[in-house]
Order: sequence, then C-alpha cells, then structure tokens
Amino acid sequence: MATLKEVQTKIGSVKKTKQITSAMKMVATSRLRGAQESMEAFKPYASKFSEVLGSIAGKAGEDASPLLVPREEAKKVNIILCTSDRGLCGGFNGNLIEKADKFIKESLQDKEVSFTCFGKRGRDWARKSGMTIEDEYLDVVGGQFDFSVASTSGQKLINNFLEEAVDEVYLVCSEFKSLARQEPVVKQILPIPPIEVEETDGSAATDDGVYLAEHICEPSSDELLGEMLPKNIFIQIYDALLQTSTSEHASRMRAMENATKACEDMIDELQTIFNKTRQAGITADLMDIVGGAEALNG
Amino acid sequence: MAENIFLEVVTPQKAVVSEEAQIVVAPGTEGEFGVLRGHTTFLTSLKVGTLRYKDASGKERYLFVNGGFAEALPNKVTLLAESAERRGDIDVDRARQAKDRAEKRISAASDDIDLVRAEAALRRALHRLDIASM
Repeated sequence: MATLKEVQTKIGSVKKTKQITSAMKMVATSRLRGAQESMEAFKPYASKFSEVLGSIAGKAGEDASPLLVPREEAKKVNIILCTSDRGLCGGFNGNLIEKADKFIKESLQDKEVSFTCFGKRGRDWARKSGMTIEDEYLDVVGGQFDFSVASTSGQKLINNFLEEAVDEVYLVCSEFKSLARQEPVVKQILPIPPIEVEETDGSAATDDGVYLAEHICEPSSDELLGEMLPKNIFIQIYDALLQTSTSEHASRMRAMENATKACEDMIDELQTIFNKTRQAGITADLMDIVGGAEALNG
Repeated sequence: MAENIFLEVVTPQKAVVSEEAQIVVAPGTEGEFGVLRGHTTFLTSLKVGTLRYKDASGKERYLFVNGGFAEALPNKVTLLAESAERRGDIDVDRARQAKDRAEKRISAASDDIDLVRAEAALRRALHRLDIASM
C-alpha cells in the first residue's frame, strides 16, 4: 500500500489538475457564447442572401456561370478541412478527420486529393498522412475572424477551379446542432450543386403578405447570378468556419466538464485510500504500544 | 407615417441599419437609384459607395457600403453588403492610412492584380473619407 505522504501528494496534484480543467471549461463557455452570437448575427444575412439567390436562380439560364458546370471527368479534388488549432476538446478533431478520411476512401478513390486546411489539427494530420496541402489558414477557427478570410480563401478556390487546376471542391466541417450535438458533415462546394429555386406558390409571400414577384434585375439576371454565386461560396465557407468554431468551444466545454468530474471522483477515491492508510497506521502504532506495555508488565 | 419604407442593411457581422426611412438612395452598379415606398420589386448589385437615406424624422443619414446587393420591395429595401459602416463608425485614421498605403502600392505596382487590388482599396478609403467629412 502507498505511504501516507504519497497519497497526499497525489491528491494535491489531482486537485491542481481539476483547477485547470474547470478554468478551461469556464473559458470555453464564455468563448462559446461569443461564437454563438456571431453565428446568430450571420443568420439574417445568409438567409436573405439565399432567398434572393433562389429567386433569381430560377430565371437565369442553366449555364449562367461556369461554376455551375460539372466536369466530365473529375480528377483533381480539393477538400477544405475545418478543424481547431488546439486540442483538449474531446473527440472533436478526431471525428472531423475520420469523416474526411472515410469520404476520401469511399468516394474519391483514384483521384488526386489536395487539402485546404483551416486549423492546425487537420493540417498536422494531412501532413502526417502524406497528403498534399494546397493552403493552410491557422488562427482562424475558434478565434476572431471576419468575412474576408472566407472571401480570400474562396476566391482562390474559384480561381483554381476556373483554371482547371481543380475539378471538384468539398467542404468538411462541423455542424453545430445543439450544445450537446455537433456533427461532422461533407458538403459539395464546386461545381455548385443545383440551387433550390424559390417556390412560387403562397410560401414565397413575405411576412407582410407582399408577394415576391419577379424582380426587375439590373444588370441582367444572368450577370447578377454570376456575381452572386461566388459570394454564395464565401458565405458557405464563412458559415462553416463559424459553426466549426462554435462546435469546438462546445466540445471543449463538455470535455472539460467531464474531466473536472473525473478529477472529483478521483479525489474522493484517493481520500478514501488516504483515510484507510492513516487508520491502518494508527492501528499499527497502537498495537505496538499495547504490545510494549504488555511486555513490561509481563 | 404611411409613406415610409423599411430599410435594412445587413452584413455578415450584424444588422447595421433596421429602421423606417422616407427615402433611400443607393449606389447601384448601373447608377445611383432612389427608392420610395411603393417601388416595384427590383434587384441590383451595388458598387463601393455611399448609401443615403432620410430617417423617419427627416434627418439625412450616410453609410459607407462595400459593394453587395440590394433588393427593393414595395415596402422594404434590403441591402446585403460584405461590410457597411454608419458615418459615425468610420475609422478616419485607418481610412487615411489605407489611402496612403494604396497610393504607394499603385505607384509601385508590378502587375495587374496588384494594381486592381490597390485601386479597389483606394476607392474604399476615399469613399470612407468622403462620407466622414460630410
């Protein structure tokens, strides 16, 4: 059995760990709030944008933009992998990486795969598994970032696509469903999958009962669509970054909560051991004393 | 007031404006256009420039918009911009620095892409300064 001193040191160190994990949990909680707020703030923009996009997509021709046209044979595929920069967030990064890995093995066999990495964890994995890394953006996910990150990276991908340096682009990110549930998802970014055309029945009426009639477009609807489509890609990337950030913080919060609980359990256990050891020591001492007294008397 | 139109300016970061206006004048790519209540449904892209509107009390207000789109409905105008700032929120020092930087880049630009970028930056900075000095 461990000595009293050893158990005491162990209790001390577990207590310190607990302090750290509970502090990290608090930090994650407050960051989570910030991330959730920016996610909420982005919603009106995104929903309005897709509404307008949907309403003009129906009018524009099929091949209004080269971004809509699938390649006959897709050989070169780029994957945008969003992960966090830092660890200690449970299975968060593992799940995302697994999703990407599975996707490559199942759907992208015999294709040239390259990566655009947001976040250190995903980049490290890609590097270790010998994948080509086209681009990497660190210090984005989980921190403060604005729309320009999404538009610069998105523009680069679009340029690559137009120059036929890449035939398809997919996005792997985490979808924030609730505090308790974040799911890794794969989305196709390029070529742009067919856009859902706004329904023209009653559901298209706005809150005020005004019917969303045909818009007069300036410049033409094809030109407008051509301008809006790249923006739509930036929006998707930005949305992915926001959601991944929020998911990261939520994951970390949960992981740290579990760790704090585990520390508490461990402290309880160690305390019991400590008490038992102490008790055993006292009993042994007593036995010695009693034994000694007996010997003197005898 | 019945003749007011609802104006909304939304950016990815936040809703910058959300209030009633008497008239809205926005910088469309095909020219500046004004919107009053009862405007026909209209969709256009915007260029970098100034958005002017008169709020419900008749006060003129100015905003910097960094491109984007505008949708006009009979009772509502929505502007979707990547960034937009009210006149009071414009960082004049930053805009001035951006202007100097852009001018330097234009004179030193080695290829077309640099030039296009620097010119766009210069345009943004000038518009910001313009609005701030109004």
